[in-house]
Amino acid sequence: MEEKVKIQVNNFSFYYAGADKPALKNINLPVYENRVTALIGPSGCGKTTLLRSFNRMHDLYHGNRYEGEILLDGQNILSDDIDLIDLRSRVGMVFQKPTPFPMSIFDNVAYGLRLRGIKDKSELEGRVEKALKQAALWDEVKDRLKDSASGLSGGQQQRLVIARALAVEPEVLLFDEPTSALDPISTSKIEELVVSLKDTVTIIIVTHNMQQAARVSDYTAFMYLGELIEFDKTDIIFTSPKKKLTEDYVSGRFG
Amino acid sequence: MDIKTKRKLKGSIALILSTFAAFMGLFWLVFIIFDVLRHGITALNLELFLEDPAPPGIPEGGLRNAFVGQLLITSVATLIGVPLGVLGGTFIAEYARGTRFAQLISILSDIMVSVPSIVVGTFIYAIMVKPFGHFSGWAGAAALAFIMIPVVLRTTEDMLKLVPWTLREAAFALGASYFRVIKDVVYRAAATGILTGIILAIARVAGETAPLLFTSFNNSYFTLNMNEPIASLTVTIFNYAMGPYEDWHEKAWAAAFIITVVILLVTIITRSIIHWRYKT
Repeated sequence: MEEKVKIQVNNFSFYYAGADKPALKNINLPVYENRVTALIGPSGCGKTTLLRSFNRMHDLYHGNRYEGEILLDGQNILSDDIDLIDLRSRVGMVFQKPTPFPMSIFDNVAYGLRLRGIKDKSELEGRVEKALKQAALWDEVKDRLKDSASGLSGGQQQRLVIARALAVEPEVLLFDEPTSALDPISTSKIEELVVSLKDTVTIIIVTHNMQQAARVSDYTAFMYLGELIEFDKTDIIFTSPKKKLTEDYVSGRFG
Repeated sequence: MDIKTKRKLKGSIALILSTFAAFMGLFWLVFIIFDVLRHGITALNLELFLEDPAPPGIPEGGLRNAFVGQLLITSVATLIGVPLGVLGGTFIAEYARGTRFAQLISILSDIMVSVPSIVVGTFIYAIMVKPFGHFSGWAGAAALAFIMIPVVLRTTEDMLKLVPWTLREAAFALGASYFRVIKDVVYRAAATGILTGIILAIARVAGETAPLLFTSFNNSYFTLNMNEPIASLTVTIFNYAMGPYEDWHEKAWAAAFIITVVILLVTIITRSIIHWRYKT
C-alpha cells in the first residue's frame, strides 16, 4: 500500500527559552495522511514538545527556538511568513485535561467557526451538529445544547473538545494524552473515536499508555531523551523492533 | 506541673484570649450598626427623599440634593474607575504577565490601596480644585475613581491569574488572537470574581467622606451640574452631625442609616452571588 506523506519533519531541533541544550535533537519523521501516528516514550523524552511544534504552540512563550523544518503538504510551517491563525485552523489540538470554555455546549463547538467569521445561523447549526456527530456526542447532548458545558462529565467534555476541534474541519488533529484524566469507559470511547476519525483527518497522538498506542495507531515513533530512536509500523515496533532500547521500553523493562 | 497540664493550660489561655478578642471586635461592630439602625429608622420619612434642605434651624426639608449628588459622583467615579481598573489589571495579568513592569504596577497598586483616602483628596484638590478656583463634582468623582482604580486593578489581576493556562492554550489552538482569547474565554471564566471586586470597590468609595471634603465639598441646593460643588451623603452626615440643631442630627442619622443599609445590602448580595457560584 502506497502511503502519502502529510507532514515531513526534517533535521528538527527545538530549544526552550534559556536552555542551551536542545529539548529535541535532530528529529526526522514522516507523518502519513489519514493514518494515526503515536508518539511514545518515557516522561521527559520530548514527545509532547514535538507534538506542540506541529501547531507552533511554543510561540506563545518568548525565547523558544526551532531549527530545521516541518513540512505540511510541502510547506515549511516554521518559516516566519506562516500565518499562525491559518496554521491552527489546519492543525487542531486536543489537550490532556478537557478544556471546555465557560459557555454553552453549542457555543463551544461553534467557537472556532465564529472566529472565522461564520455568522449564518443555519450554517452554524449544521456544522455544530455534524461535528458533534463525528465526535459521537450528538445523541447525549442534542436536547441540551444551550446548557453550560461545565455540566458534562469528563469524558463528554473531552469529546466536546474534539467536536470543537473538528468543527473547523482541520487536516491534522493533535492529541496530547487525551485519556490520561479519564476513566476506562470514557477512554475506550475516545480510542474508538480516534480510530474512526482517521478517514477524515491525519492524527498524531502522544500517549503514556503503550496498549493505547498499540490499539489505536498505524505508525509508532519511539522517543528517548529528545531523540527519535525508532519509527515504524505499530505492529513492528511492538513485536519486532530493530533497536534494543525500543524493545526494552515496549516490553516494560524501563520507562 | 507536668507537661500535659502545662500544655492544657496554655491551650485554655489561648482559647480565652482569642474568644475575648473576637467578642470585642464583634461587640462594637454590632453596637455601631444597631445604633445607626435605631436612630436612623425613627428619622426616616418621605420628605427626606423628595425635598431639599430647609434653611438652618427650620425643622423641615429633606436631603434630596445629597442623595442625587452621591449617586451622581459615585456613578461617574465608577464609569472612570472600573474600565481603567479592569483594563489595567488585564494588561499586567495578560499582556505584561511576569515582566518587571507588571510587578512594579502591581506593587504600586497595593501601596495605593492602603494610602489614606484623605491624601487622595488633597492630591485632587491640588490638581483639580485649586487651579480652577472652585470645588466641583468632577473633582469628587475623580477622587473616588482614584481610590477605585487600584482596588479593581488588583482584583482583576488576581482573578485572571486564577484562570488555568490550558484554557487559554485551547483557545489559541483554535486560531484565536490574544484579544479574542481574553475577551471570549478568560473574561468569562473570571467574570464572577471581577464583578465581585467591582461591586466591593463601589461599596467602598460610596462610604468615603475625606476625599470629598476637598473636592466636591457640599451644596445646600439641588444641582446636576458636575462643574459646581455637589452635596453627598457622607459629607452631609459630617456637617449635620457637627451642627447645633437637633433636626440636623436626626437627618444625619437618617442619612447614615440609608448609606449603611445600602452598602450592607450590596455586600450581602455580592457575597451570596459568590457563594452560590462556587457552591455549584
